[in-house]
Amino acid sequence: MIAFLIKRLFHALLVMFVISLIAFAIQDNLGDPVQQMVGQSVPESERAALREELGLNDPFLVQYLRFAVNATQFDFGYSYVFHEPTTQVILRHLPATLELVFASTLLIILLSVPIGVYSAIKPRAWLSRFFMGVSIVGISIPVFLTAIVLIQLFAIGMSWSPFPADTSWGAWLNDLISTEGGLPAYGRGNPEHVFGTWYTNFTSLKGLTYLILPAISLASIMLPLFIRLIRAEMLEVLQSEYVKFARAKGISMRRIYFVHALKNTMLPVITVGGVQIGTLVAYTILTETVFQWPGMGLMFLDAINRSDIPLIVTYLMIVGVIFVVTNTVVDLIYGLVNPTVKLTGKPA
Amino acid sequence: MFKKTLLASAFGAAMLTAALPQAALADNTLRMAYDADPVSLDIHEQLSGGILQLSHMVFDPLVRWTNDYQFEPRLATEWEQVDDTTLRIKLREGVKFHSGNDFTAKDVAWTIERLQRSGDFKAIFETIDSVNVVDDHTVEIVTKQPDPLLLNIATYIFPMDSKFYSGETDSGKAKDEIVKNGNSYASTHVSGTGPFKVTGRQQGVKVEFERFADYWDTESPGNVDHIVLTPINENATRVSALLSGDVDFIAPVPPNDLERVEADPDAKLVTMSGTRIILLHMNQERVEAFKDARVRQAFTYAINQEGIASRLMKGFATPAAQLSPEGYAGHNPDLTPRYDLEKAKELMAEAGYEDGFSITMMAPNNRYVNDAKIAQAVAAMLAKINVRVDLKTLPKAQYWGEYDNRAADMMLIGWHADTEDSANFFQYITECPNAETGAGQYNAGNYCNPELDKLLEQANLELDKDKRADMLQQIEQGLYDDAAFVPLHWQDLAWASANNADIEPILNVMNFPYLGDLVIEE
Repeated sequence: MIAFLIKRLFHALLVMFVISLIAFAIQDNLGDPVQQMVGQSVPESERAALREELGLNDPFLVQYLRFAVNATQFDFGYSYVFHEPTTQVILRHLPATLELVFASTLLIILLSVPIGVYSAIKPRAWLSRFFMGVSIVGISIPVFLTAIVLIQLFAIGMSWSPFPADTSWGAWLNDLISTEGGLPAYGRGNPEHVFGTWYTNFTSLKGLTYLILPAISLASIMLPLFIRLIRAEMLEVLQSEYVKFARAKGISMRRIYFVHALKNTMLPVITVGGVQIGTLVAYTILTETVFQWPGMGLMFLDAINRSDIPLIVTYLMIVGVIFVVTNTVVDLIYGLVNPTVKLTGKPA
Repeated sequence: MFKKTLLASAFGAAMLTAALPQAALADNTLRMAYDADPVSLDIHEQLSGGILQLSHMVFDPLVRWTNDYQFEPRLATEWEQVDDTTLRIKLREGVKFHSGNDFTAKDVAWTIERLQRSGDFKAIFETIDSVNVVDDHTVEIVTKQPDPLLLNIATYIFPMDSKFYSGETDSGKAKDEIVKNGNSYASTHVSGTGPFKVTGRQQGVKVEFERFADYWDTESPGNVDHIVLTPINENATRVSALLSGDVDFIAPVPPNDLERVEADPDAKLVTMSGTRIILLHMNQERVEAFKDARVRQAFTYAINQEGIASRLMKGFATPAAQLSPEGYAGHNPDLTPRYDLEKAKELMAEAGYEDGFSITMMAPNNRYVNDAKIAQAVAAMLAKINVRVDLKTLPKAQYWGEYDNRAADMMLIGWHADTEDSANFFQYITECPNAETGAGQYNAGNYCNPELDKLLEQANLELDKDKRADMLQQIEQGLYDDAAFVPLHWQDLAWASANNADIEPILNVMNFPYLGDLVIEE
């Protein structure tokens, strides 16, 4: 266990090293930060002075070494745009992203498990077919489109009147297909302070309303995938010998489904899920942009637009660490669910 | 008699108390969304639209522009040209800074001195030799040579609270330091004379303002008590935020959504012809054919500005044939777009390029409205005179580096004159490039006409407005005849608000809404 964690720590360091090297190597193609920091009519001499001050004229290796030496002391440099250490900027944006990812993950778990299990137990029911059909569509719709449609329907509202409005049934049907709107279309509102840089949306109903649309949009990427995955795994498990044996022994179907079968279904799902949570963090870039959710994704896109190289490098490294950490946690959970798995991969 | 007065005063007092809670209730909040928030609270750190918009909220300029390009007194009440190089300015009395300090002539001198230290602003203020404090409410600005644009420049002088920004912080740094990369006192603390105080700021998330109780301009009809500014970069989200009632005021409105906003009964749209010119340079150093004025003219004849403005820009642009928009001193009303394909072909044949040639073109794809599409349309139009265009479009972060390297034969640029004056266009866009003086810094065509430059030099020293306007118009004529560049259009501006915000009177082509004067109807 300890050996496993130490190995993972080295993993993380290696990942950070490689990412920082790549990010540094491509920085010249990210555009000129000086251009973003001065007005258009500022003379070349001023720009040159600023470039020198930022150390952008130094050779690649000098710049990288300077960065690497500071990075070993957890100093990743100053953001050009925010005028403060990049780690501080990211720490401030992190809670918003984590809360969004948390809310989406919760949605995914709460919806995908029952739907997946149901459509495996009753594969021919019309409801199962409906879920499968929707999930196919869901997989193929890009997240920003989902987001824009959700905003139009539930933030702005949409009134349709294809039915005659002067009849009571027509008005009722019109009402049924029209939406009211009223949900917030952007931002986090006024999140409450918890501690440090953490402001939360989870303490009030009002705060939660800000989460609804972004969380649904973000969940929409993974939800169909998970429903289909759980269904497929469950179907397979239900065909297996031990389930047949359990049935023959006369154990109640409920117990077979939810104790025996589900447990084995969840093993591969947890592995995939862990990796996908990392992917969710990456997808927050799109979701946060559309909803102007002030998290790391939005910050990262802004940083790219403004060639804020130190912030870009730090973001990439932190996301790399998030990937390593989630994978490690997944492996640990995997070990708990199925004790026969050896974490170190060596015979005990 | 006594009874009557007593009764009257009692009645008056009753009225007053009755009126008071109501006044307290009328707490008007304006929630607005721009495409970006100011990068800093230090208004001398960067010369950008966002910073100038902030300046007009938290500070006051000496003078400000009206919509017909006149100067409106703000902290300067009167001004008088004492001699060719000295302007005496009377300052408003009884003005207070947010910190409670009194505003005096010393603050003006201090601010100008600081502007001359700012990398972004020093070029504009180079002309000023010294600032003399005559008395508490009078200053004299002395220029190195006669400068007809001194008042234009004065619109950039937003006096800062010299007492507030003097001294050292706890960590021993000067409070008046201007820092581009890193933290400074002035980038996080602010004290101006403006209608609003900054009460909270989370960069990239929101900035909050509150009306300054001791604001000097009590005649202003403005009744906004509280402003929340949220940056919403994404066009569709910004419009949605307005349509769903989450915000009351947005800018800019993207052209694709103009109809949608206009159709909404709860929102209103205000558009205005802007002053930012979009044009293409033809690089004479890279392409031999561009040295021939007939080829350049052929290009301007081949490109249909009206078509681009009406179809591609959906009427959201004013077709241009010169740099100066209407209202600028140099605007020459005789110059109109000259789309004529036959004439273009004739000129090409005359110059010996009947069969055309191949060129490269570059344009940004996220800087100006529809920039990449405009470049594509131009390439298609040039194909009709047998010019084959190899077009490359880049995000702005990468584009400007290529622009500085003059990396393509034709390059697209948009320009807005910081001084709201034609001379600024010529100085950066068409003057003979000179690395030492910085002239022609963005002249990617390498166009050079020393005669016009000489005229510009004279115009820059001419204090007589009419004579100067005449010179500038001559320059426009000269550039037009030479086909120095391909003018396309002036980009229009658009704002939208909820119906109860009366935004029309506070908007202007410079795109600094005078929010202090905004009236929200109850």
